[in-house]
Amino acid sequence: MTGRLLEIEKLTVRLAAGKAARPILGGVSLHVERGEAVGLVGESGSGKSVTCRSVLGLLPEGASASGSLRVNGEDILTMSSTRLRELRRRDVSMIFQDPRASINPMRRIGDFVTEGMRAGGVPQKDALKRAEELLESVGIREPGPALHRYPHEFSGGMLQRVMIAGALAGGPRLLLADEPTTALDVTTQAEVVSILTRLRAERDMGMLFVTHDLELAAAICDRIYVMYAGRIVEAQSAEGLFGRPRHPYTSGLLAATPRLESDEPPHGVPGRPVSLAEAPDGCAFAARCAHVRPGCTEREPVHREIDGAQVACLRAEELIHD
Amino acid sequence: MTEHALEVEGLRKTFGDHVAVDGVSFSLPPGGSLAIVGESGSGKTTTARMLVGLERPDAGRIRVGGRDRSHVARGRATRLARAREIQMVFQDPYLSLDPRVTVAACVEEPLRLHFSMSPAERRARRDELLARVGLGEREADALPRRLSGGQRQRVAIARALATRPKVLILDEATAALDVSIQAQILDLLAEIRRDTGVGYLFVTHNLALVRHVADDILVLYQGRVVETGPTREVLAAPEHPYTRLLLHSVPRPGWDPARIAADRRALAAALKETPPSPASADPLRHVPETNSTERSAAQ
Ligand SMILES: Nc1ncnc2c1ncn2[C@@H]1O[C@H](COP(=O)(O)OP(=O)(O)OP(=O)(O)O)[C@@H](O)[C@H]1O
Ligand SMILES: Nc1ncnc2c1ncn2[C@@H]1O[C@H](COP(=O)(O)OP(=O)(O)O)[C@@H](O)[C@H]1O
Ligand code: SF4
Ligand SMILES: [Mg+2]
Ligand SMILES: [Mg+2]
Repeated sequence: MTGRLLEIEKLTVRLAAGKAARPILGGVSLHVERGEAVGLVGESGSGKSVTCRSVLGLLPEGASASGSLRVNGEDILTMSSTRLRELRRRDVSMIFQDPRASINPMRRIGDFVTEGMRAGGVPQKDALKRAEELLESVGIREPGPALHRYPHEFSGGMLQRVMIAGALAGGPRLLLADEPTTALDVTTQAEVVSILTRLRAERDMGMLFVTHDLELAAAICDRIYVMYAGRIVEAQSAEGLFGRPRHPYTSGLLAATPRLESDEPPHGVPGRPVSLAEAPDGCAFAARCAHVRPGCTEREPVHREIDGAQVACLRAEELIHD
Repeated sequence: MTEHALEVEGLRKTFGDHVAVDGVSFSLPPGGSLAIVGESGSGKTTTARMLVGLERPDAGRIRVGGRDRSHVARGRATRLARAREIQMVFQDPYLSLDPRVTVAACVEEPLRLHFSMSPAERRARRDELLARVGLGEREADALPRRLSGGQRQRVAIARALATRPKVLILDEATAALDVSIQAQILDLLAEIRRDTGVGYLFVTHNLALVRHVADDILVLYQGRVVETGPTREVLAAPEHPYTRLLLHSVPRPGWDPARIAADRRALAAALKETPPSPASADPLRHVPETNSTERSAAQ
């Protein structure tokens, strides 16, 4: 039971053999320490959700995985299903991207929030009391009556808080937050983030925060991983990433993000994001990269460390992006 | 004095006893770009829907190109003429296109409905529109499900431009797109505005986006206009506490979500006692009363 809170090493996930057989994650390595907030950013289809779900042992049906995925030193990939259930109940929780799609509409909020506690043997009465406190802590007014209401009676923002309360019910040591605020407006987003940040500090909880918003990741996280086509292409401190992005994709994302404090208009990255299965040989970003060289399409760039940043670009040393 | 592309006065809409839009007034000069911002439920989409005739206002006036459209259109010709003048692009590129209709047919539909053209003329205009938004023959033959989100939004824009509208309403039209694609679409929209003189109404809660796309900004809170003015000025020196809250909510270095959450609650409590009043002498920047015409003309 020692080691890093979360340590993923060279995780590769392939969909089942047959017609749909294709890789969706290609050698992802990342880690989260206790009490640390780590960002995972990238555009849609890059593999952020698949990475998060793998930590819970939830692979797409029939998919195979290689590499390792350890929580407190225990490998998820080889774990018994009993132990895995226990881990999900007690140690690792996930806030899913779409609250409406992941909360059963037929069951009351109280059932949802207390589910894990009851499965863990907490008496109904105590579980409900705890659920009420949790709803209160995520800013739901009148938490008592809320326990008896159904999901459709809540707005998207309120339901997202209910999901957070449910995710925190087991007192997790690791929280996987998969775009928890993407569906919310900016003021509600700030409120939800303040709840997560507070709980992280109070409980020394580690958090993997998935988003496609670099500004948001930088405002919340200590370190950030940038993902493209099923691979991590850059990892750095939040400050470093903004001040000195090393991968052309990272600087492309930064240039495309509209900034409140800059006169520079956002610039698009030509082309569109690809999934790992569509990615050609060599560097997956080559077709969109302004710095591409013939060699880039021949070998897949390996990770190298440059000034404290991990970068997978063949030209990382020569390129300076300001 | 030039005529406004769009002029709105005292617009109001209630659903049951809930007032969704309350006394909203603004104007958009030809080829101008105005952003309507506000949190979820503040009445942005309801306002937009009234402008395109999807919702009937309970009170207020809407004038497009100087012509009043507050009353129900009599006859098909009037209805079509109104539809031509304002078009709308919606947020969800996955729901807004008919899955059974090819891109080419989708763009031809409004041409068929609004203009009498020969098939050859129609095809030519269709190809011109698709080229305008950067789509080629390959995409023209495709069904929506084969297109990416960004390509679908391009189709929606081409279709909306088919009637040569004076005003295009973009309701969170880039919110569901990846940033690298959003920036491409914003470039495209800027180019179209330059070339055709169409005016834009951006509906969004993303102030960083507004900063780069809109000349003017209108802030809605609980259905009412709390502040309006040139984007640059409003963002540099917001006067209404709600505008300041929105501005502070944009993530950036030094961002303090806990403070924003507290401010938001304090503001809601304060405004419960004294709700924002659109026509009062609040110390707001340009209070958009009946003199909106003069104000815009003077800019
Ligand atoms: N058809 C309807 N029936 C009842 N209430 C409605 C209807 N349409 C909108 N409303 C209510 O009117 C208010 C304004 O809604 P509107 O959709 O205009 O908000 P919005 O500013 O576009 O929000 P968002 O950012 O979430 O899109 C909300 O309180 C909403 O619940
Ligand atoms: N259950 C699944 N079955 C098959 N393919 C999947 C499944 N889940 C995800 N994928 C594929 O894996 C890739 C990464 O998806 P995802 O992790 O959801 O991306 P992101 O969360 O970064 O937007 C995509 O190509 C997606 O289509
Ligand atoms: S490896 Fe080559 S193509 Fe890939 S990001 Fe670096 S320079 Fe661009
Ligand atoms: Mg996802
Ligand atoms: Mg809306």
